[in-house]
Amino acid sequence: MDQRPGTSGLIFNEPQLWDKSRKGRCGISLPRSDVERSEMDSSLTGDAPDLPQLCEMDVVRHYTRLSQWNFGVDSGMYPLGSCTMKYNPKTNEVQAARQGLAGAHPLSGDQFSQGALKLMYNLEQFLAQITGFDAVTLQPAAGAHGELAGMLMIHAYHAKNGRQRSKIIIPDTAHGTNPASASLCGYESVNIKSGPDGILEPSAVSAVMDEDTAGIMVTNPNTLGLFESNIKEIAQIVHAKGGLVYGDGANMNAIMGIVKPGEIGIDVLHLNLHKTFSTPHGGGGPGSGPVGVVKALEPFLPVPRVEKNLDTYAFVNDCPDSIGRLHTFYGHFGIMIRAYAYILSMGGKGLTDASKLAVLNANYVKESLKGTLNLPYDKPCMHECVFNDAIQQQNHITTMDMAKRLLDYGFHPPTVYFPLVVDGAFMVEPTETESKEYIDQFIYAVKAIAKEARNTPEKLKNAPVMTKVTRLDEVSAARKPCLRG
Amino acid sequence: MRFLPHTNQDIESMLKIAGASSLDSLFDSIPKDLKTKDGLDLPEPLSEWELDSHMEALASLNIACKNYKCFIGAGSYDHYIPAHIPYLISRSEFMTAYTPYQPEVSQGTLQGIYEFQTMITELLGMDITTASHYDCGTALAEASLIALRKNRKANKIAVSALVHPSHRQIINTYIRPTGYEIIEIPYTADGVTDLTALEKIDDIAGVAIQSPNFFGNIEDLSAFRTAADAKKIMFIVSFTEALAYGLLKNPGSFGADLVAGEGQSLGISKSFGGPGLGLLAGNKKQMRNLPGRYVGKTKDTNGKDGYVLTLATREQHIRREKASSNICSNNGLNAMTAAMYLATVGKIGIREIAQQNHDKAVYLKTSLEQAGFKPAFKTPFFNEFVVKVPDGFDQKRTALIEDKCIFAGTDLEPFYPELKQHYLFCATEKVSKDDIDQMVKEVQ
Repeated sequence: MDQRPGTSGLIFNEPQLWDKSRKGRCGISLPRSDVERSEMDSSLTGDAPDLPQLCEMDVVRHYTRLSQWNFGVDSGMYPLGSCTMKYNPKTNEVQAARQGLAGAHPLSGDQFSQGALKLMYNLEQFLAQITGFDAVTLQPAAGAHGELAGMLMIHAYHAKNGRQRSKIIIPDTAHGTNPASASLCGYESVNIKSGPDGILEPSAVSAVMDEDTAGIMVTNPNTLGLFESNIKEIAQIVHAKGGLVYGDGANMNAIMGIVKPGEIGIDVLHLNLHKTFSTPHGGGGPGSGPVGVVKALEPFLPVPRVEKNLDTYAFVNDCPDSIGRLHTFYGHFGIMIRAYAYILSMGGKGLTDASKLAVLNANYVKESLKGTLNLPYDKPCMHECVFNDAIQQQNHITTMDMAKRLLDYGFHPPTVYFPLVVDGAFMVEPTETESKEYIDQFIYAVKAIAKEARNTPEKLKNAPVMTKVTRLDEVSAARKPCLRG
Repeated sequence: MRFLPHTNQDIESMLKIAGASSLDSLFDSIPKDLKTKDGLDLPEPLSEWELDSHMEALASLNIACKNYKCFIGAGSYDHYIPAHIPYLISRSEFMTAYTPYQPEVSQGTLQGIYEFQTMITELLGMDITTASHYDCGTALAEASLIALRKNRKANKIAVSALVHPSHRQIINTYIRPTGYEIIEIPYTADGVTDLTALEKIDDIAGVAIQSPNFFGNIEDLSAFRTAADAKKIMFIVSFTEALAYGLLKNPGSFGADLVAGEGQSLGISKSFGGPGLGLLAGNKKQMRNLPGRYVGKTKDTNGKDGYVLTLATREQHIRREKASSNICSNNGLNAMTAAMYLATVGKIGIREIAQQNHDKAVYLKTSLEQAGFKPAFKTPFFNEFVVKVPDGFDQKRTALIEDKCIFAGTDLEPFYPELKQHYLFCATEKVSKDDIDQMVKEVQ
């Protein structure tokens, strides 16, 4: 029986907004003005921006149709490696929309914002507990912003110690944001290779670590889905030369309740609330990237910080060693609410179970597809596993072809061509919220596609055929950019 | 736990295939001494309805739980959000999708952001805009870095003292480690940036002016463009109130090289300051310098129109340490919200709403003046302005919040110590004449 969830159905064409525009329409009910009109000097005013003119239902139908061309976690399995596309609980949205929270003005004053401050304070405490750090800031607006915050703190720490350093060690498995964040602090990246079994070897670190190196950036579990089991020794090597260890916590979903990064030698770590803590990805944000630090780095945290005094909460700006401010107000409060609601829904045991089941799902996929796809690092994995197209290459089929064909079967493809250390990487992260039935359907689809790769490779080369558009010409898009209508 | 689907039977059969004897043994690759001994000391899990009560109790500690009257702005504005906007943006196909790396199943996000880019460039009069940034402050910091990197001789940037105080702090945070510096341009007695002071500052890579500025006053952007030309430096314009450009001449018409703005006014809730919407736009020459994502139009293999993320070679996942920025996730869903808002108000609505903001603010200022408040400046403004308040105002203001949930202005002294007893007031289309009359009566 064909188990694929994907099928064809009626979807609608929908033109661009301005093709629907008719002069004289307006989609908002304009209040009657109850004060005198006050004309501004004509030297200051311009023409009204030429926005499309639509009625309310034009707008509603337009965006309803657009939404139907999208694939989300609610549509189906979205096993995008390193992105942790887990279910986004709907109660989180209800909590974030409460008038007392969504309606709060950021400059209402501490006295009138105790609910918001208390939520932020509690969330910092929860995240400190989960990561094993002494202090947490919620201010960074996304994971990469958290990395920047962390690197700025490392930079400030060395400056405070009286001697700035010039380099930072980054393994070849790192996310691209790591070297880019380090560059923003003026650090030159020293790239090192992971060992033959996919993890960092202490000798590779000690070979480059010196007193001109600010530290190392490590993702643990790494982007091959493997736990960096030498992390403690690596941290010792880095610490011995006065460096600091930055942890990229993008993959924290594998180890909640199992490992606390603050206990294993990591000095500073960012989290992605939109990965591990179930807040929606929103088609590319807004996310939130809190950062946890050990005691020695606490003075450098961004301002304002949240403090509790008896039962009263307050923002504190008086932190002379702080790296300063990173966001106009306090960060993405709306996202913090959702993560806070998630942690309260799950509890400590629930979060630990989530990590265990995320790892179970990944190992189940790995063992089930091993042989169908090539598995470059054949060992137990954490929350994700990385295959490649070495077997399918014999039929001139690439990872991209398989990814596009998966769309026809009704699945979002895994992350492809990352990490860079695996040629043609096909990186699957099922997350804990996918059931055995959904995962079995995915496994079935990949096996069916592998069979097609051998027997009817043109089906993969032409894929996708069930989507609203077929493969798009990305080369022309970049060569002759058309960025507005 | 309702989010975790596994039955005991599922776990057992999956463990068998995975070749593990128990869930705990899945973690055998982690050395024992690295595992935590404590577990997670967190509150017991709450049921959905217990969570509702807990969250409502927290929300009720914020004065915002009541229907308060907001006469404060300063970077976060209280505008009306039509009901269909939160309704549409809650569609899970938008909300639970990732960055559109697989364009064939992301055309909704992609066309939506392409339309966003089109409408924002129209609003600002600029050639190009990115798919969004975190907020205005971070967008302005990126714009400053572009100017500094382009000019290899100067390592300073001139920033108006009337750029939002938080934004100036963010620029500082971003540029400090690489040895760049901010030179602050003072303001004049008219509450605008001092042009002659700028003319005297040498060796700068660019100048950043906010208009309407932090005092709400409209800057003479044309004069600053001329000054920037004379110095051959980049001209950066910022703003915190996007609706102002429903009425005012846009930054593009003054020849801005880069524009950094806040789009929270465009249908996005205040949400205690975030997430908002960073806008980052430039003229054509800046296309490859702007950080973050772009959506571009192209064709599929059948010749049908479609949209993709494009010009990714500037970005961190390709360029790594040589990328123009480290930004990855932006504020995409809020960009989509802003697009919905702009499509809703349209050409007619944005003008009328902007005009009403201005009308209400003028009425408020006149009323305060009649009640004995002294306007600080005579410069034209949009929907915010500064007044000097009488003695005892602060106590009245606090009482007014406590008793009637009315917020009468923002104290400027914490931001500008020289401005004792000066408050920044804001009026939007949401406040009525009666609201204004009541507030003024209470504080006089």
